[in-house]
Amino acid sequence: MFDYLEKQLPKLIMAPTAIVMLVCMYGFIGWTAVLSFTKSRMLPQWEFVGWAQYERLFANPRWHVALDNLLVFTLLFIIIALLLGLMLAILLDRNIRNDGALRTIYLYPMAVSFIVTGTAWKWILNPGLGIEKMVRDLGFTDFEFRWLVEPDMAIYTIVIAAVWQSSGFVMAMFLAGLRGVDDSLIKAAQMDGASTFRTYWHIILPVMQPVFFGSVVILSHIAIKSFDLVQSLTGGGPGYASDLPATFMYTHAFSRAQMGLGAASAMVMLAGVMAIIVPYLYSELRGKKS
Amino acid sequence: MSASTTSHRLYKALFITLLLVFALVYLAPLYVMLTTSFKGIEEIRNGNILALPTTLNGSAWSKAWSSACTGGDCYGLAPYFWNSMRIVLPAVFISTVIGALNGYVLSQWRFTGSNFLFGALLFGCFIPFQVILLPMAKLLAWLGLANTVPGLVLVHVIYGVAFTTLFFRNYYVGIPTELVRAARLDGAGFFAIFRHVFLPLSAPIIVVSIIWQFTQIWNDFLFGVVYSGPGTQPITVALNNLVNTTMGGKEYNVDMAAAVIAALPTLVVYLVAGKYFVRGLTAGAVKG
Repeated sequence: MFDYLEKQLPKLIMAPTAIVMLVCMYGFIGWTAVLSFTKSRMLPQWEFVGWAQYERLFANPRWHVALDNLLVFTLLFIIIALLLGLMLAILLDRNIRNDGALRTIYLYPMAVSFIVTGTAWKWILNPGLGIEKMVRDLGFTDFEFRWLVEPDMAIYTIVIAAVWQSSGFVMAMFLAGLRGVDDSLIKAAQMDGASTFRTYWHIILPVMQPVFFGSVVILSHIAIKSFDLVQSLTGGGPGYASDLPATFMYTHAFSRAQMGLGAASAMVMLAGVMAIIVPYLYSELRGKKS
Repeated sequence: MSASTTSHRLYKALFITLLLVFALVYLAPLYVMLTTSFKGIEEIRNGNILALPTTLNGSAWSKAWSSACTGGDCYGLAPYFWNSMRIVLPAVFISTVIGALNGYVLSQWRFTGSNFLFGALLFGCFIPFQVILLPMAKLLAWLGLANTVPGLVLVHVIYGVAFTTLFFRNYYVGIPTELVRAARLDGAGFFAIFRHVFLPLSAPIIVVSIIWQFTQIWNDFLFGVVYSGPGTQPITVALNNLVNTTMGGKEYNVDMAAAVIAALPTLVVYLVAGKYFVRGLTAGAVKG
């Protein structure tokens, strides 16, 4: 009896996690999926309406604003954070041996919450008292910088704050990758007379492909989940000009008593994340085995 | 030779200048937060955002801590700071313990389906939480934990375990399974091997897990805003309420002091143990 228990112990240890995971991840996803096919508003109700909530969702101009914003935000955020992070990593890697202090500075925003980041940038970008006033005080009295209150520009303030917060992370990832590149490869290239640029382009960057790939996945994941930053920086405004799917879902499911619609938007978000994550995880897990 | 050395030096100086300029840019928001928090409201309205405060005025700090209005009440951030602590500490501890045991099983005591289990769990690191928000609210209400601190602890443990398991599993996978086999021949059991062989090796990964969870949970806003009620809100929610409370004139100095207070615990952890913080961040992607 005791032997049997001892043998089953590993499974027993894993059982609570497995059950909770089954219920609270996969079960809940199923629950939300079912909810998205009902006409639930304030409370869940189980009258099925087919794809009606999805049709309502995609007929909703606010949802389209949120999707467009997500596209603009994700693309700009990823591209700028990658370029900035890569640049910082390359500069750090080649030029400074004792880079602890600089690395600490580039990365500290990552330790801070998006709410704090949003609060800080809301103040810096404050039309009237922030950067605008600073430049005006320098003598450029016509200078205007009020993206925070311009419907067309508000989404870019979120890009700025998000890049500030996350580019240090990209830097850390690339730096870890660069430091892992075999020194003899670089030496050999330099012996052959390759310029620094060519060395990076042909030898180092290809080795960094997995790091690059991993960074893109994680950044796009941060982008799709972005909720706190929008909430604290623009509140989705002006109006709903800087809404993202995450804030759309929250507003409709929790403050507007549109539970079915909120569930439908959450399912669309999940589909978006899965389109990126599933191939990535698949290739990662496959790669480990071979 | 000397010409190329000169240009090489020139480039190097240029690059280092560039790095320093970027460092200043990255530091600017923290600098602005700190200087603004020590200014008086007149000084803020008339002065430059980058200027140093003329006098060190700490009144915004005491107001942010103990008397600023955060939506409903005006007790400052202090009660919410302690709420966050009451949520974070147990959640970090419990999720790290569970993660360690899970990782130990998944790396050293594999059984049929354990790899599949790990894959399924890994996926949980990536789901957008919006998709579980509604049913989780139902579950918490059903358990009688809606709007309570234990409820928030539970939510953070459930969705944090995927990460802690990943950390420990990837760490223990590097330890040869022969070690377990040898210990078993000596008659050691599951827990004895864990305690005497694995735990002593685990200090670095325990630190990584604690720091990661501490940062994640302290900084959480989504679960906090959905699953807390008046009196149990974490500090991120209180900060957001404080900044967006529109009673009377806007007090930017109080906002900034409050933001620094909310950021302080994770910043301190980062400064003290930055190396482990980076390890946690890169654990998911570089090593996989």
